[in-house]
Amino acid sequence: MKDKVVIDLAHLPPHGLGTASQSWWGTLAFMLIEGTGFALAIVVYLYLMSLAPQWPLDAAPPDLVAGTTLTVFLVLSVLPNILVNRWARQQDLRKVRIGLIVMSLVGIVPLILRAFEFPAMHIKWDQNAYGSIVWVMLGLHTTHILTDLVETLVLTCLMFSRHADNPRRFGDVNDNAMYWNFVVATWLPMYACLYWVPRL
Amino acid sequence: MTQDGDGLRDSSMEGSELHRRLTAIWSTPSGLWGALSTVDHKIIGRRYVTTAFVFLALGGVLSLLIRLQLAQPEARFIGPDRYNQIFTMHGTNMMFLFAVPVMQAMAIYLVPLMVGTRNIAFPRLNAFSYWVYLAGGLLLWIAFAVDTGPDVGWFAYVPLAGPEYGAGKRADIWAQMITFTEVSALAVAVEIVVTVFKQRAPGMSLDRIPLFVWSMLVTSFLVIMAMPAIMVASSSLILDRLVGTHFFNPAEGGDVLLWQHLFWFFGHPEVYIIFLPAVGMVSTIVATFTRRPVFGYLGMVMALIATGVLAFGLWVHHMFVAGLPRLGESFFTASSMAIAVPAGLQIFCWLATMWAGRPVFKTPFLFVIGFMVIFVIGGLTGVMVASVPFDTQVHDTYFVVAHFHYVLVGGAVFPLLGAVYYWFPKFTGRMMSETLGRWIFGLIFTGFNLTFFPMHILGLQGMPRRIYTYQPEMPWSGLNLFISLSAVILALGFLLFFVDAIRSARSGSLAPANPWGARTLEWATSSPPPPYNFARLPVVDRLDPLSDDIEAVPVASGLRVDRRELLTSSVVHASPEAREASPGDSIWPLWAALASTLMLIWSIFSPWAVVWGSIPLAITLIGWFWPKGVPEDEA
Ligand code: HEM
Ligand SMILES: [Cu+2]
Repeated sequence: MKDKVVIDLAHLPPHGLGTASQSWWGTLAFMLIEGTGFALAIVVYLYLMSLAPQWPLDAAPPDLVAGTTLTVFLVLSVLPNILVNRWARQQDLRKVRIGLIVMSLVGIVPLILRAFEFPAMHIKWDQNAYGSIVWVMLGLHTTHILTDLVETLVLTCLMFSRHADNPRRFGDVNDNAMYWNFVVATWLPMYACLYWVPRL
Repeated sequence: MTQDGDGLRDSSMEGSELHRRLTAIWSTPSGLWGALSTVDHKIIGRRYVTTAFVFLALGGVLSLLIRLQLAQPEARFIGPDRYNQIFTMHGTNMMFLFAVPVMQAMAIYLVPLMVGTRNIAFPRLNAFSYWVYLAGGLLLWIAFAVDTGPDVGWFAYVPLAGPEYGAGKRADIWAQMITFTEVSALAVAVEIVVTVFKQRAPGMSLDRIPLFVWSMLVTSFLVIMAMPAIMVASSSLILDRLVGTHFFNPAEGGDVLLWQHLFWFFGHPEVYIIFLPAVGMVSTIVATFTRRPVFGYLGMVMALIATGVLAFGLWVHHMFVAGLPRLGESFFTASSMAIAVPAGLQIFCWLATMWAGRPVFKTPFLFVIGFMVIFVIGGLTGVMVASVPFDTQVHDTYFVVAHFHYVLVGGAVFPLLGAVYYWFPKFTGRMMSETLGRWIFGLIFTGFNLTFFPMHILGLQGMPRRIYTYQPEMPWSGLNLFISLSAVILALGFLLFFVDAIRSARSGSLAPANPWGARTLEWATSSPPPPYNFARLPVVDRLDPLSDDIEAVPVASGLRVDRRELLTSSVVHASPEAREASPGDSIWPLWAALASTLMLIWSIFSPWAVVWGSIPLAITLIGWFWPKGVPEDEA
């Protein structure tokens, strides 16, 4: 049987960028999964609140300083992140390297601030259900910061290795930047929930 | 041969040369190492299907033990503690280790072939998901073997499963098995979504996607939206049990109904995660054996999507007796009845197709007919229990056991068995026996109805589920004996099925590329397909790429033959976007799965496992993703 060739694909690029790549869609799908997880955590928080005679249960509302500083910092971190994203799209290796080093440092700061947030809650996870849910929400978000930080560090190393100058790597940097935006975006409703809902 | 800027192309290569080069680049090396590091979706898919059927057999053995115990009143064969473990194991095993994985497994094998690509998206994640699934299954069964099997029912309600009543590690095993199977199910869902979105053959626009692929796409979205709920639930349960959180402890502001909400927000869609793939299988089989496309393609797709959306509005109907606001109950009753609409629509579309076509009654088609009969009965009792007063009466009785087996076995296992008969030649290159197939269908259909129909009556007579024995004064013993004897017929049918499958895989008659005269793309390549699936990627210009007036499927050329390469195409129109590399074999997914297993099992015993266990996991993940300088990494 002779093949009836009707299309020639030879002219296509050997790698898709952005929405033409599978990894972009894969990242999106994982964000959907984790976003559902975050949303459920908030729903559980509100559910427990709806049952409680007073909220927070046996605790003062959380102190605002650490959490608010962290929130402002996260929002600001989006700026360098967008720049790295742009440089990666321009495939500018030198600037991407600098940007990744900056983003690695940027990833460490929220972890330090987070260490002050847990005590600012005025409650431990094993005291009551309020304590349980706030610790789990903070913990859940912390693991996301941590994962993205490790990913950024590995990417930084990669970009200083012989594998660096490759559109595929720049695509990885784009996906990583998208993920950081996600980490920031999911924090905002969590912040509102943890710090302001108890003050309503 | 053309040597463009990058790599060697297939453009002017002849058949045998092309085959030789593609085989060299795509095939899995023989031997243990090759088997452990393969990322071929066909090999992993076959492995997944086989493993899931082993779990079906194991779960079947448990149900026979149940029937043996209940055959007569006050039997001494199984004690109450073992009995609790057995029905919990049966339900958990069937839902989490058999039904969901087996549907995804069929998709892992079939979806890439049906959309005309060379491997699934993220093939290494696919390998990882299989190992994690296997580890979760082993965890559950090894725990059962050493008398630590979960004993809290397949939905592990608190407070029974909580720290106060669920002593020992049994409930933790259940909860962590959930983590294993959900991680693997979520991974597969992502792979399927991306494969369907980005790897369809050129020209396979949205309105030309085969119905089975549509059903798997909707199912994958259900997995993505529903499974996080059960992971949140099972993780909070473990936290309550391990580090003293109070999510489900009313004394400290927690709530036991929270568990039920979280569980059923997942648990009801779960039913559709099992059922929608089966619907896709039925549509495929009906189209082939009536020799015409399924009537109302658009309506079928809309029904799939509508079912998927409605599936999230139903969870509370599992909690009618828990005492909820009246308005809430009415809403959930209405939505539970509304879901019968898309289901009914699909049944009418199939009936119309059969009516208009000339059905050929081969074994796969027989199972489809069995499905329709049984599923309609299950649907009717479903509408019955959707009404609160009736549900209050039969809640936790054998009426419910009968209902959900009609839905699950009728709605999923029958189509699945039909699908196995239908696709077996593609999977193995050999046909299953038509004669035996008819016997098997007859035994399973008769055995099933004789076993489960009387359970409706037992339920109405008040026999509760999950009891390890009953007194002779109760009017239940006659029917119970009858049911247990009927279960033997059912078991014989399944036994014969396994015999036929194993025998045919070894020595069945050889299958041609397209034994049924079917019209979807998986039949456009040999049976079984070569490691690269298609020597040249098919090009699609209609809903039925293999319809009768076609001599040969048109194809595309221009891909490289010196690295694993496939095509990515646009989401809506499937117009070509890029030649994309597909990752080669790797042992790292196995290491990563082992590291995850270590961390998850350890964390049943100590919260520090999450800290220390994440280090090996991170190392294996870095090993997995670090570029190795292979041609697949070029861009
Ligand atoms: C094929 C033969 C099967 C037989 C004879 C059978 C029999 C039974 C029986 C008698 C029970 C009730 C046990 C009790 O309440 O004490 C039960 C429970 C159950 N079965 Fe099956 N079953 C079969 C297949 C399946 C399949 C294929 C599935 C799922 C796909 C399934 C899912 C369940 C579930 C979820 C439960 C509830 C377990 C619990 O109460 O926690 N069964 N089965
Ligand atoms: Cu339901």
